[in-house]
Amino acid sequence: MSYQLDFASLVPYLPEFAAGVWTTIELTIISTLGGLALGTFCAQGRISNEAWLRRTCACYIEAVRNTPFIVQLFFIFFGLPALGLKMTAWQAGMIAMIINLGAYSAEIIRAGIEAAPKGQWEAGKTLGLTRRQIFMHIILPPAYQRVYPALVSQSIIVMLGSAVVSQISVEELTFAANFVQSRSFLSFESYMLAAVIYLVLAILMRQAFGLLKCIAFKNPSL
Amino acid sequence: MSLVSLDEVHKYYGENHVLKGVDLRVNAGEVVSIIGRSGSGKSTLLRCLNGLEEYQQGAVIVDNQSVENDDYKLRLLSRSVGMVFQNFNLFPHMTVGENVMLATKLVLKKSVTESRQLAEELLAKVGLADKFDAYPGNLSGGQQQRVAIARSLAMSPKVLLCDEITSALDPELVGEVLKVLEQLKEEGMTLILVTHEMNFARDVGDRVVFMNQGKVWETGPSDEVFANPQTDELKSFLAAVR
Ligand SMILES: Nc1ncnc2c1ncn2[C@@H]1O[C@H](COP(=O)(O)OP(=O)(O)OP(=O)(O)O)[C@@H](O)[C@H]1O
Ligand SMILES: [Mg+2]
Repeated sequence: MSYQLDFASLVPYLPEFAAGVWTTIELTIISTLGGLALGTFCAQGRISNEAWLRRTCACYIEAVRNTPFIVQLFFIFFGLPALGLKMTAWQAGMIAMIINLGAYSAEIIRAGIEAAPKGQWEAGKTLGLTRRQIFMHIILPPAYQRVYPALVSQSIIVMLGSAVVSQISVEELTFAANFVQSRSFLSFESYMLAAVIYLVLAILMRQAFGLLKCIAFKNPSL
Repeated sequence: MSLVSLDEVHKYYGENHVLKGVDLRVNAGEVVSIIGRSGSGKSTLLRCLNGLEEYQQGAVIVDNQSVENDDYKLRLLSRSVGMVFQNFNLFPHMTVGENVMLATKLVLKKSVTESRQLAEELLAKVGLADKFDAYPGNLSGGQQQRVAIARSLAMSPKVLLCDEITSALDPELVGEVLKVLEQLKEEGMTLILVTHEMNFARDVGDRVVFMNQGKVWETGPSDEVFANPQTDELKSFLAAVR
């Protein structure tokens, strides 16, 4: 067993890796924003007065949380075109990630909302705020703050899960690693490099969320 | 015409008949204390006045508005009726000033400058001018309750409902909250207080309402009721709390 590590030979392929990293970052930023927005909407839908909205959100959340991500991805990319909905691989990957994070974050955010004492709703009501105003101004901000660590973890899981969209040929980081190793036969080095980059991205993401936390939550102790 | 009137109000929680025909009139400027045993329906009565609870029979009219289970009407009503809770219910993620300004900005659509000025005035009035930028979590219970009172006053209500607002406080902090209520009375505010502070009810309240078994069991001017209770139930209640 003597294998000579040869990272130097990867140098010509750095542009491929760079392009892959950029696509992964792009997918992550957009899907995090989109997924958390969708999750907030559905969390609100789950406690709506409208029965149809409550049920629709519940079905969506359960459907996504109880099926594999790769099947969701294939369904969107290969299944939906059969219904006449055509899209690029990048768009399909993006949508799959948003839908996935939307469902998981909806459940997380709902837990934060349900932890709000009943008195908070009542105080808002006696001040004459609408249900929506109470939700947006009184209930939601502390709810985010309560479940923030869980939301960060879930967003990172979705970032790492973006590796799966290489399966439909979205040219992100894992796709780049696959491509490079098939050309250079440097499997160990290619995947090692990809793994390190994912690790760095995850750490950076945690730090970005940490920064955001200081800006978003002015009162650190609720 | 009374500011607050209840006619034959019945309220059920499922099978549990909690209010069994409550009649009550409160005039503008009056300070009415509601006393009674635990479970006699004091909180329920108060919460029927601003629509936090529905009632099944009878009529509740506050400031010429019928209290019905209709979101829009209840929002209009909330401009006339303020409420202060036992456990303050301040918004923990907002500063004291933001707590007080929230409704004037969102509901009354006042400008930030105007809201801020009003909030500063109200906080000064309850003796907390210097706490504008503090968070509720960093205040004592008595201070938090005074913020809650200022927050209610920001909507310039005609009547303020207080449900045992000193019960969650350490004894040495009760006085500062009661002092604010006294000051409000002097300014002519109508107050309806559920309270265990019998001395306050006697000395500051105009009228006492003794609730028992879901009914207004006995009522009258404070000094008379405390000096000369008529019913056995009130006699034994007063003996027990003294
Ligand atoms: N949300 C609720 N659901 C069901 N029953 C309730 C609810 N709130 C109160 N009750 C019942 O209604 C009755 C009256 O309660 P209420 O809170 O009005 O009493 P109270 O006079 O305020 O008592 P306390 O002095 O303990 O605050 C009690 O029997 C109580 O169990
Ligand atoms: Mg009570």
